[in-house]
Amino acid sequence: MSDPAPLLRVHDLARHYHVSRGFMRKTATVRALDGVSFDLATGSTLAVVGESGCGKSTLARQVTMIEHPDAGSIVLDGHDIAHASAMTRRRLRPLVQMVFQNPYASLNPRKRIETLLTEPLRIQGDGDAAEHRRYPHMFSGGQRQRVAIARALMLHPRLVVADEPVSALDVSVQAQVLNLLMDLQQDLGIAYLFISHNLSVVRHIAGTVLVMYLGRAVEYGPKRQIFAQPAHPYTRALLAATPVLAPRRGRERGSLGGELPSPLNPPSGCAFHKRCPFAVARCSTEVPGPTRIGEVEVACHRASEIN
Amino acid sequence: MPLVEVEDLCVEFGPTSAPAIAVDHVSFALDEGEIVGLVGESGSGKSVTALALLGLIEFPGRVDAKRMTFAGHDLLHLSGAERRRLIGKDLAMIFQDPIASLDPCYTVGYQITEALAEHGSEAERRDGGARRLRAIELLEQVEIPDAAARLRAFPHQLSGGMAQRVMIATAIACNPRLLIADEPTTALDVTIQAQVLTLLERLAHERNMTLLLITHDLAVVAETAQRVLVMYAGQHVETGPVPDIFDAPRHPYTQALLAALPEHNLDRERLRAIPGHVPGAYDRPPACLLAPRCPYAVARCSAEAPAMHGPPGRASRCHFPLDDAGRPTHGWSAAERVAAT
Repeated sequence: MSDPAPLLRVHDLARHYHVSRGFMRKTATVRALDGVSFDLATGSTLAVVGESGCGKSTLARQVTMIEHPDAGSIVLDGHDIAHASAMTRRRLRPLVQMVFQNPYASLNPRKRIETLLTEPLRIQGDGDAAEHRRYPHMFSGGQRQRVAIARALMLHPRLVVADEPVSALDVSVQAQVLNLLMDLQQDLGIAYLFISHNLSVVRHIAGTVLVMYLGRAVEYGPKRQIFAQPAHPYTRALLAATPVLAPRRGRERGSLGGELPSPLNPPSGCAFHKRCPFAVARCSTEVPGPTRIGEVEVACHRASEIN
Repeated sequence: MPLVEVEDLCVEFGPTSAPAIAVDHVSFALDEGEIVGLVGESGSGKSVTALALLGLIEFPGRVDAKRMTFAGHDLLHLSGAERRRLIGKDLAMIFQDPIASLDPCYTVGYQITEALAEHGSEAERRDGGARRLRAIELLEQVEIPDAAARLRAFPHQLSGGMAQRVMIATAIACNPRLLIADEPTTALDVTIQAQVLTLLERLAHERNMTLLLITHDLAVVAETAQRVLVMYAGQHVETGPVPDIFDAPRHPYTQALLAALPEHNLDRERLRAIPGHVPGAYDRPPACLLAPRCPYAVARCSAEAPAMHGPPGRASRCHFPLDDAGRPTHGWSAAERVAAT
């Protein structure tokens, strides 16, 4: 993580949305991203993990330059894109491309594949000219996701932001697409910002993992340590709640009580304290800063006690 | 006697001359109080099987079966009135997207009491106050905090997990003997999924209710079900108790599906993907449906359709069912193998 010049360095990134709550009422602020930092080296994969509303997709929107962050910096290949001019951002956009979750929605059904991308299936090494003239509805889900990946690669990006790229696919097709993504990374040296809620997929593809909860990073570090010894109570709960591919034979399902809090009205202090089995008084008043445990950064007041 | 018995269920859509086959001669039985997982990929006919069981396949869909019974009732030849007395009372179903399954225009309380007004006890059918009390009790059973206040909530005011709990409360309102849960946790976050699965398990156990859990997630089935039915392209390809299916699958499709999961490739760079894709309505292979994708396929597999065979409760639809070590048996020889396309 102390790579001298990573491809992408995100520091203390924040993005707040102002939402109307109705006529004559004050607008509310959603802190969709609230101080997130990480590095991503060329040719490596960072997985962003978390449940709905944790800010995964907001993060993707900042990194892909779809939106301007409110605070913090995003340094891509030496350029701070958070504070860059529109012209610079436009010039840098080809470096970052995106693959979306639903290949049924992300391809325009009225355009031919040929139009969607001019030299498409050649990149994957399969398909002939006849396939260029087809429309998206003539392809299966897995094939569409390949087309979407091919389209993302058209401009030779150095970073691909993949927002749940295999969540809509079946297990057998999911394996094909994950293999393709890993092959492409090896051949082209692309870095992936891989957003997923599926921990077993993340465990397979990622090098580094960033676990988010309600707009904040709760744990960040190498995959190996996070999966072997999750340090944050939320990461532990997430791993315990994930169904395991083995009959339980009497083992209790690890379940976390409570609901995800509303991002409009997050709990004070540590956002996780209401669901946390280790919470103490301090957790409800003070926002925890990052603590280092081994190679992992953890945002928890009690990190050193409980590990 | 099993609670549900289905024999040779077929569901077709489209023209009779060239039908799209959704469910192809599926047979199974469900016992009272058991949790059975129905797994398969998209288009394998899981949901259509469940809908056919409830009589919800509408014209021009065609349902045919040798036998389809529920607690002695013949589901194939029910009159409309008989079906309405049964469905929603003894058979209930919950769906994947709870927010979409609830009516946005009515309160949670109204939607729960609606079923009680039709199928509830005599007091409940007569008296709105009794229905309200029962609705509160149901919301408490599905662990919704502050149940009385929630009765006035509209679906858009609920989170996904809460809405699925409301759906479950509605489904169990009339003490069904069979609950069909079609991907009940697919739209939920993983910590909420764990809560909902624990809840479903507890309810099935407490009420001796049969739960047919339809899902594409093998891990959910491994953790929740006692028995599994595996479907592929409309056919039932394997059945067995949970530990056996996961430890020693008999059908090559089950084996390949398990091998494709990232959990089973921890020390590997590449995942063992299944080549090709699930056959659709117009490219169904003539004999064994898996033959074009199967690593063990021989000439016989594309000439002769295999039947379900094997010991009771552990059958599979393969000419050469796999042994405990995962190798094909019944005289299979590697020399005759036809390369998978």
